Amino acid sequence: MAKGPTPAELANIDYTPPQTEWMDTPTVIKTGTFCWGAKAKNLNIVEFPNARDWNPSEEDWKLPENWQEIFLKGMKDLLGKYRSFKVFMDICVRCGACADKCHFFIGSGDPKNMPVLRAELLRSVYRNDFTMAGKILGKLAGGRKLTLPVLKEIWYYLYQCTECRRCSLFCPYGIDTAEITMMGRELMNLLGLNTDWISGPVANCYMKGNHLGLEPHAIMNSIEGMIDDIETITGIRINPSFNRKGAEILFVTPSGDLFADPGTYTAMGYMMLFHELGLDYTWSTYASEGGNFGFFTSNEMAKRLNSKIYAEAKRLGVKYIIGGECGHMWRVLTQYMDTWNGPADFLEVPVSPITGTRFENAKSTKMIHVTEFTADLIKNNKLKLDPSRNNGLNVTYHDSCNTARGMGLLDEPRYIIKNVCNTFHEMPENTIREQTFCCGSGTGLNASENMELRMRGGLPRANAVKFVKEQYGVNTLANICAIDRATLSASMEYWVPGTRVTGVHELVANALIMKGEKERETDLRGDPLPGKEGN
Amino acid sequence: MKILLPFVAVIALVFLAYAGVGVAKLHFLFGVVLPYAAIAVFIFGFIYRMFIWGKSPVPFSIPTTAGQQKSFPWIKQNKLDNPSSTLGVIGRMALEVLLFRSLFRNTKTELRDGPVLSYGSEKFLWAAGLAFHWSFLIIFVRHFRFFMQDVPVVLQMIEGADSFFQVGAPLLYLTDVVLVAAVTFLVFRRLAMPLIKYISLPADYFPLFLILGIAITGILMRYVTKVHIVGVKELVMGLVSFSPVIPDGIGVIFYIHLFLVSTLLLYFPMSKLMHFGGVFLSPTRNMPANSREVRHVNPWNYPVHVHTYEEYENDFRDKMKKAGLPVEKE
Ligand code: SF4
Ligand code: SF4
Repeated sequence: MAKGPTPAELANIDYTPPQTEWMDTPTVIKTGTFCWGAKAKNLNIVEFPNARDWNPSEEDWKLPENWQEIFLKGMKDLLGKYRSFKVFMDICVRCGACADKCHFFIGSGDPKNMPVLRAELLRSVYRNDFTMAGKILGKLAGGRKLTLPVLKEIWYYLYQCTECRRCSLFCPYGIDTAEITMMGRELMNLLGLNTDWISGPVANCYMKGNHLGLEPHAIMNSIEGMIDDIETITGIRINPSFNRKGAEILFVTPSGDLFADPGTYTAMGYMMLFHELGLDYTWSTYASEGGNFGFFTSNEMAKRLNSKIYAEAKRLGVKYIIGGECGHMWRVLTQYMDTWNGPADFLEVPVSPITGTRFENAKSTKMIHVTEFTADLIKNNKLKLDPSRNNGLNVTYHDSCNTARGMGLLDEPRYIIKNVCNTFHEMPENTIREQTFCCGSGTGLNASENMELRMRGGLPRANAVKFVKEQYGVNTLANICAIDRATLSASMEYWVPGTRVTGVHELVANALIMKGEKERETDLRGDPLPGKEGN
Repeated sequence: MKILLPFVAVIALVFLAYAGVGVAKLHFLFGVVLPYAAIAVFIFGFIYRMFIWGKSPVPFSIPTTAGQQKSFPWIKQNKLDNPSSTLGVIGRMALEVLLFRSLFRNTKTELRDGPVLSYGSEKFLWAAGLAFHWSFLIIFVRHFRFFMQDVPVVLQMIEGADSFFQVGAPLLYLTDVVLVAAVTFLVFRRLAMPLIKYISLPADYFPLFLILGIAITGILMRYVTKVHIVGVKELVMGLVSFSPVIPDGIGVIFYIHLFLVSTLLLYFPMSKLMHFGGVFLSPTRNMPANSREVRHVNPWNYPVHVHTYEEYENDFRDKMKKAGLPVEKE
């Protein structure tokens, strides 16, 4: 973080709430904790309403005349469409069990970042306009009018929630503030109140197939570069195919892996593994994004972006799909894709061509996670591995929120890591598996202008890494998420410098003994392998 | 204000009943009309609320998975916290409703210099919540002795267990003590923990004070200012058999108790107390986590405008050809 508070300053967190009641405590939109507003041109590409250039830090948000009406009508609509929203608006007892479970509250001490209060910001409007008690008793019943400061406050805190669902794990009624945030952001999008960091990738993904806006040849160039690196390291030239009809498998991964370190090492890992297996697979430049920033805007937008995956699988005539390492991508693929764009009856139930394992757990979506695929290979002894090549790495594993609490993919990646690395230590139990902490920058909050917020939200995760670093000398943080690879790199640099952030398939490829490879001198990053430092 | 007001409201309710019965002699209103109205509002209100919730569909399968998924036979699935079958969901819901599974996970976050964050286990809320709800239920069930001509054996057993310690005359019920202690703790917790106090609304204090009022009047009746118990049973039996009677000499305190209960019933369907019904409808808990295996259907799924492959190829055909990518149209 170039400017802004130092780690020591940031760690000075006060959990005492203000003297004034929360409804009477005005919200100030603070530099470093919000993202820039969406640009009109990006919203126009995807035909979103009320597109305009706007700046959250300015007084005038250039709202449409009848914004209250739009918001409340939208709310009514969503209450009718989602039982979750309706029930969650009604049954919170404010027990506070969720209060200190949110990484943003833990890192900021701002009471409005307690999940319960984040939800109450919107719930108070709900009570005022949609419940009898609220209509009659108003503030006494916990209701408040939707005024401009209220709207701004709701907006501000909706974009300080990464939809990680950690709160929902602890709530006795399963109230999921992530769901409420999704509804809230959907409402904000009716008013054009999106952020630049989300709407840009959405527009890119819609037109060009991926968040980064990589055009077909750019994708190929990027992969070409990785192939050269792989050749340098292993002496093997691999030859992946693109948009190839008749391949058995379509492979889709977040585009972040194609673009920036350390994600690229993970992408190299996939390619080396698939090459070694002789897998009949293809990349697609049209469906070149596994992630889905549409999911952070509206249900409809998410569906529009997601549709490309099945459409492309159908066009290419593949049998099934393998998905790469990504977090929210897998929440979408697990809990939404089939419902939106299925049934995928043109595909077959995934069967590993190497082991013959039938993936019954994905028999409807026909899409498996690459760590499921690889764990099965290792279990069946299909890979030759030399874990000692990872000996310099003392590894711990970060569960992504979405693969943990929106899927339950917990042991597969661990099984892989333990087979490709010799040293592995878990972080404290209240910070892993289903209780995992967010990286602090999910749901499109991984911009640079809100770095203070990100570092605050990243504190609980980083602090757990620091713990295992001090206890066991851990120096490597493995994960299965493209956003993690970027955002944890930043939060590690800030909180726990000297920690390497890596995808699981980077570790796999380091350990993988490939047929006909030359004696490896370096790992995928070009760093000398243990024992080869002198060369 | 948000604490005082609900407190005063409950005190006012007590005085209202006292004045209504003790002074204005409105026995019939407080002993018959209001209880009937309250029960009717409770039943219809409860059903109505459930119906309204049920009317909104569940478009997506959104269970919060709280353990290992079902994947390979050699990886142990957590069948209760990440259930993939109906049986598993029933188990998960039973744990949630009967034992407050999620609350049992509760931790307390602490930040020390360093910074060092820790998350110690925090079971007080769980214990108090469980103690409160269970003792409330048992007390409720115990009251059935007033609704039935002959007291069934099960009820006698419950009463026996509840007065296990055999102290006092009449025998002290454990649940009476536990209920008052738990509610007091829950009130105290809201007042003593700054963040919980910060999020609390009048609607959070009111039911606690009201239930405390009900418990105290009940206890007074049983242990201190005895009421005419045969008369109480007569009145209640009259209500149950739809031939209401107002026996003489029951004692005002009974009417206060009954009025507070009526208020609770009236208040229930329009308040957060509906969490009792709502928890059964919570999609993050009551759905199997099998959406990759079985397709979940959204009743309002509608076609959307997508950017097709054809349009994409039209945008990039030349670049694709130059890069050696296959194209559909030359
Ligand atoms: S844990 Fe659930 S019921 Fe309790 S305050 Fe949080 S959202 Fe409300
Ligand atoms: S979903 Fe995560 S970020 Fe959002 S309120 Fe809950 S714990 Fe906080």
